[in-house]
Order: sequence, then structure tokens, then C-alpha cells
Amino acid sequence: MSDATPTPTATPERPQLPAQSPPVDPAETAVASDKAQSTGKLSWWRGDGGDGAKRNLGLIGVLAALIVVGAVTKPDLYGDPNWVWNNVLAILQLASVVGVVTVGMTFVIIGGGIDLSVGAIVALAGVWCTTVATQSYGAGGMIFTALVVGICVGLVNGVLISYGRLVPFIATLAMLVAARGLAASISNKQTQVSSSTFINDIAARKVIGIPILVYILGAVVLAGWVLLNRTTFGRRTIAVGGNPEAARLAGINVRRHTMLLYALSGLCCGIAAIMLTSQATSAQAAMANLYELDAIAAAIIGGTLLSGGRGTIVGSLLGVIIFATITNLFAINGLSIEAQNMVKGGIIVAAVLIQQFQFKSVTRLLARNRVTTAT
Amino acid sequence: MALPEDDPATASAEAVAEAPLVEAPADTVAGEVVLRLTDLVKTFPGVRALDGVQLEVRAGEVHCLLGQNGAGKSTLIKVLAGVHQPDSGQVEWRGEPATFANPQAAMRAGIATIYQELDLVEDLSVAENAFLGHEYRRFGFVRRGRMARHTRQILGRLGHGEIPPGRMVRSLPAAGKQIVSMARALSHEARLIIMDEPSAVLAHDEVGNLFRIIRELTAQGIAVIYISHRLEEIREIGDRVTVLKDGRTTAANLPARDTPTRDLVSRMTGRTIEYVFPDRPTDDSEGADLLQVQGLTRAGEFADVSLNVRAGEIVGIAGLVGSGRSELLETIYGARLAETGTVRMDGKVLRPGVGAAVRAGMGMAPEERKSQALLLGEPIYRNVTLATFGRYARLGFTNAAKERAEADRIAETLELRPRDVDRPVRTLSGGNQQKVVVGRWLLGGTKLLLLDEPTRGVDVGARAELYQVIRALAAQGVGVLLVSSEVPEVLGLADRVLVMREGRVVREAAAGELDENTVLDLVMAGSLMEGAPA
Repeated sequence: MSDATPTPTATPERPQLPAQSPPVDPAETAVASDKAQSTGKLSWWRGDGGDGAKRNLGLIGVLAALIVVGAVTKPDLYGDPNWVWNNVLAILQLASVVGVVTVGMTFVIIGGGIDLSVGAIVALAGVWCTTVATQSYGAGGMIFTALVVGICVGLVNGVLISYGRLVPFIATLAMLVAARGLAASISNKQTQVSSSTFINDIAARKVIGIPILVYILGAVVLAGWVLLNRTTFGRRTIAVGGNPEAARLAGINVRRHTMLLYALSGLCCGIAAIMLTSQATSAQAAMANLYELDAIAAAIIGGTLLSGGRGTIVGSLLGVIIFATITNLFAINGLSIEAQNMVKGGIIVAAVLIQQFQFKSVTRLLARNRVTTAT
Repeated sequence: MALPEDDPATASAEAVAEAPLVEAPADTVAGEVVLRLTDLVKTFPGVRALDGVQLEVRAGEVHCLLGQNGAGKSTLIKVLAGVHQPDSGQVEWRGEPATFANPQAAMRAGIATIYQELDLVEDLSVAENAFLGHEYRRFGFVRRGRMARHTRQILGRLGHGEIPPGRMVRSLPAAGKQIVSMARALSHEARLIIMDEPSAVLAHDEVGNLFRIIRELTAQGIAVIYISHRLEEIREIGDRVTVLKDGRTTAANLPARDTPTRDLVSRMTGRTIEYVFPDRPTDDSEGADLLQVQGLTRAGEFADVSLNVRAGEIVGIAGLVGSGRSELLETIYGARLAETGTVRMDGKVLRPGVGAAVRAGMGMAPEERKSQALLLGEPIYRNVTLATFGRYARLGFTNAAKERAEADRIAETLELRPRDVDRPVRTLSGGNQQKVVVGRWLLGGTKLLLLDEPTRGVDVGARAELYQVIRALAAQGVGVLLVSSEVPEVLGLADRVLVMREGRVVREAAAGELDENTVLDLVMAGSLMEGAPA
């Protein structure tokens, strides 16, 4: 997918300008790349880009605080390493479906958009892949259907936004309504049971003691990280979200890239639909309710800038895990969902406030430096 | 491409301080001085927007501010309106040193600003807009009757008693909205009203009405700062003129009616300092035609423009704001769609779109560096490789090591300061940011470079360096199409010059055949006298 947009490629017949492209001196490039690699080595963990790592450390601090709260409120449980391990797996499994959706959402938001239709796409893909007709093709047919439905709905979003010039908020809001409606009409408002043991086993089984759902989350996060930080697709995403005009004038096809971002989000929804269907061994039009809000919230507390151009996959993952940990914490303490939602709301506000504060102090510092060097 | 060690421009920078500030006899206007600015300086990260502004405004006068885009007019207005705080320099308001911490403070002091985009709430009534933020109230309830009466009285004072105070602002024409803005200023008992290009939104006959209102205001002792690109208006309504260039006052208190047009324009566009331009190559062998533009037209912007650029040649376009020069450049680059006409690179007609232009070997440094060219929060190297990172990539995977190495090389060639390519571009000065934008196109064999105001907001030293870079590129066979509103820059740097006025090329000649005065006459003949699109 990352190669779909042909950026200007070097044409061999073009006359090479002497000082612009000097003959490659192997020794020189070796030195240069050594240097670059050494700085790369120093900062492998900040591949997400600069100060993102610092923010992520803050999130890990929040996570640690939540664990401390858990240990204080339920010391007997936390004293048992076996229980702790199982609880960690439970949290990760809880985070897995929303986590996959959040990876796609993070790309869309970094690219300067928003996707409100993710929950609806998950439901539509889930319902479509569990219809009797689809199930007759077996597990492969179901997976294929879910992914294709996700990508296609995402593409429709993308075409409406980039070529139809609809505001992302409105286009995906319309899709939210429409996709749920289509899902309800396909399923005839019934719950469709999945009879494929292969699909149902995905959520039920573990490999080397770890649930398969967690492996899927890990794979999607890893792929997302690589895509954002190591590929031209990711670089274009940051450029398109950070300054669309600059990206356009540098020869990047902003519209096509925007479209692909929504398709990517749709693909993630397709994967999530399989995971969720497997968990419930069924699908229905009301599933994945309000996933869009969970995913946006997780991306934002993970440090993704809602106006685009900045964000990290690791931060988003931490955001999802923090939410899952809160849910888990309230569950083991037997507290209500209502209280849990209030705490989640507070955490969203606190996270954004802290980030704004950090960002402001950084820019102020830079501004001050600038003035002193200028005079 | 290596630049000379000693920087010839720094020497001339010192000459700036000694450059004589033209000042007319101070008592051409009778009123007392209400506002005096001394050595006002305002710096933003990367750019020095105001760099020693002097301004004196007297009660009852219309004081005109002249200056090109980017000269610092907007920043100056915002300082007076309390939006920005100056870094240094004095603001003296009605005889007392003053600071305006926020827009409310400036309003209370009696300074009202009417911005070009009128800041009215469209879905509130005329009276509600006039008293926005300081409504007549009792127990938290708005006293609509009293507000309407007062608004009617103010509108009467402005000679527009016919506008009903209860009318929705949305339903008013542009001229009516402007009057509401002025009513708001008067509701604050303003002693100084700043008008930012008020005539830009008005039809020709409405301008006469605006002038009548301004005369009534000044007759009541209110001072007006009037900003406009249209010289004829300044002649008609203005008392005195202050000219800004590069954030400095280049001429203060010139009599608006009697100062020769050429004087005004040359102070706006001409040299404030002696730039040092690199020598033209003596070898006069002509390169092959690189870019051929034929009959290019976009309605309202430019018409029937034909030009060509040969390999190794620098072609300059001289013209004022609104002459269509930037739009022309963007159209050649494929960022705007031409209505008629063709653009050929190497004899082949270009398909529309920036992508095709870049693939054909074009590169552009747009007019607005920050909003059109840079990812400010991203590191330098990623900005340098923004157009080329795809070429270093393999199977879609970026090669950051190679990108850093290439950016490093560019940074060294262009003497970028600081040299650390991992720093965010935001932290660079204007000149160094421009080097990043130009440097982007030194990678990957660009054959034609389009430069739109490459030295705007760039300090003197970096300017000379940029000139060297541009000349060195041309020496390597790169064609350069340069747009600048600074006539000396075009004449000093280009081999061949096109003069644009009102969307048409009015003269084409070798740079050696033109002098500054000839070009100034051509550039301003129409647009400034007859009213350019603002």
C-alpha cells in the first residue's frame, strides 16, 4: 500500500548536475551513514519522532500509578504472581479489539482527519462476514469478506472526503449512520451466530500461554509503527496532516493519500470485526458500539494532535491499555461502570491539559532562545 | 557552490543604521501628537517583523501607512491593537508611555482597529455588534432600547442614520458592514481609528462615501491610520505618509499630496541597503530552452503570458502585489489550473498537477514559507527531503540515514546555521528556513527552480548567501524563474527581466538594458495609480 503513490522517481536519463549529485565516494557515504546510524542507534526508541518519547514516558507513569492503585486496593490479588500474569493478559485482551481500531484512527488523525464511522464499519464487516452465504465459504471467506468490506467502506469515506471535499467529521458521521443501518438490514436485526470453529477459536485459544487476540494486536501495532516511522506512506501521512499545502507543493498527491488513510482505517476495522465476532462467536448490527469515541480518546491521550501532523502509535497503544486497565481496576474492585466512565473522562481532560502545558513551555523556551540569539 | 568566507553583506548591514531617514517638516499638520512610536521592535521565532519602527500620528489627521506585503504593517497594527506586545521601543499614547496588554486595554485607551476581514458577528444585529463586549446592561439583562438609541445616534454621526439598529449584519452589504465596524469604534469613544485596507472591499462609488466619513471623523479631532496599496486614495484622503520596509520606517511624515509617486514607490520597493550581487558569468553561450510558456491565462489574475527560460539562465519577474506574478508562478508549477495556454518543459507539454511538474524537473519555493513550504515541527532533514524522500526509499521503506546524509550535505553547501539537521525547522531564522526550502530542490536533479520572493523576511547576510546559491545553481545549468517585488533584486540577480503589471507582461529585456527607474515607472504606471486588486 505504501508504494501506491508514485513519488517522483529518479529518471536515469536526466543529466546529473555535478555539485548537486556528486559521484558517490564510498568512503564518504560510509562515514556519513555511520554517523547517521550512530544517532539512529542512540534514539531507536524515539523513532516515533522527537518529544513523543517523553510523552510516552508520562503515559507509562500513569499506567504505573494505576497498577499501584490496584495493588493498594487489592493487595491479596496482587500478591499472587499467577493472578497478576493472568490479569495482564486479561487487560491486553480487553484492549486488543479497540487497540486495532485505534491504530487506524491514529493514522487518520495524524493525516489531519477524523473517522467517526469505525464502530459502524466494525459492525457492518462483522455482520457481513457472518451471513449464511458468506459462512458457506468457510473461515477464509469470512476473513476475506470482513477485510474487503472494511477497506471498501473506508474507501468510500476517503473518496467523499478527498475528492468530494466533504468535511471528515460530516462524511464519517453520515457513514456511521448509514453503515449501522446497512448492518441492521443485512442481519435483519438478528444476532448472527458464527459456526466456523476456526473463527471462534481465535478468541478462545492461546499460543504459548498468550491469547491469539493479543498476538493480533501486537502484529497490528508493530505494522502500524513500521508504517508510520519507516515508510514513505508514514512520512506522507505526517506531511499531509502537518501542512497539506507544503505537501502538495512538494509534489505529494495529498488527495490520494487522504483517501488511502481512510481505507487503512477501514482495513483495521475489518480486522477488528473478525476479532470481535470471534469473541462473541456471533455478530449483530449493534456491536462495537461507541468504539469511535474509545479510539479517538485513546489516540488523543496518547499524544496525537487532533489538528494533525503529530502523533505516535506507541502513545495510542498506551492510551488503549490505560483505558483497559481502568476498566479492569474497576471490575476487580466491583465498582460501577458509571464511576468508571467519569474517571475516564477526567483522564482524557487531564492528559490533554498536561500535553498543552508541555507543548507551550517548549515553544516558549524556543521563542526565548530565538530572541536571545537574534540580538 | 561554496560561498565566500567573508560575508560582504554584513558590512552593508552597518550602513543601514546610517541610512538617512527621510523626514518632512513636522508641522504640516496642526493637531497635537496623540501617538508616537519610537524604535519599535517585535520578533517572532525566526523572523524580525518590526525592526525599529518610528511613527507619529496627530489628532485630526489621516496618517497613511505604505509598505509591501511583509513590510510589517500587520504586525504594527496588532501591536497598536494590543494583540502583540513589542519586544522593545516606546509607545507614547496621548503624551504618556503606554502598554496595551490585550485588545480590551487598547480599546479602553481609545484605539479602535477595523481589520480588513471585518470582525463582526454576522448573526447579531447592528446595535449588538456596535456594542459587542460592552453592552448596556441592568441586572444582567441587555438594555436593548438604550443600545438601539445610542447606535442610531452614532450611525447618524457617521451620516448613515438610515441603517436600522435592529437589522442583522449578515443582510448588510460590505460597505454597510464597514460602517457598523466604525460605529463600534465610536461606541468606544475611540481617539484613533486604524483602518486596514478599508477600500479593498468597496466598489468605486462607495469609496467616496468612506472618505466623507473619514473627513467627518477627523474634523471631530479623531486621528486615523489609513492603510492602502492605492496611491491615488492616499493622495486624496491622506495628510502624511509613513513608509515601512522590512520592518523599518524608511520614510516618515512625507506630505501625502506632494511627494512624487516615484519617491514613495522606491522607498517601498527599492533598496534600503546595498546588496551585493554575484557577478554574472561572462561566458554568454545560450543554453537550450527549458521552459516555454505560451499564452497562459487565468481570468482576473493574468492574461496571455508567454515566456521562456533557458538552461542556466535566471529570468526575473518584476511586479507589485496584485500584478499576477505569484499566481503565474503557481500556474506554471501546476498548483493552479490554467484556463488557456500551455506550459512546456523540454518541449513536452506538461500535464496539470504539481506531481507532473516535479517529475519534469521543476521545483518551487513558494511565497509564504511557513504556510506553504515547511513542516515547522519536523526536523530539518525531513523538510529538506520532503520532495525526494521517495527516491531514497526502497520498497516503500524510507532511508533515514541516507536522508540525513543528503540533508547534511545541503546544510554544508548552503551554510545552514545551526547545522544540526535533527533540529525542528521552527527553531531556524527566516533566512535559514528559506535555505531549507531552496535546499529541498538541490536534491535529485531539479532543472528549473521557481522562486517566489525568495528573500522576504530574510536578513541581510543570508540574502547575500541566497544570491550566491541561486547564481551558482544557474552556473550548473539550472534555469531559474524569480519573482520579486524588490526591483533592485530582480535587476541585480536576473539575466533577463520581465515586467508585469495588472496580469500582463509589459516589458521584456536583458537586465543590463533596464535601470531601476525605468522598471519602477513600468511597474507602477497602472496598478498604483488606478487601484490594483489589493
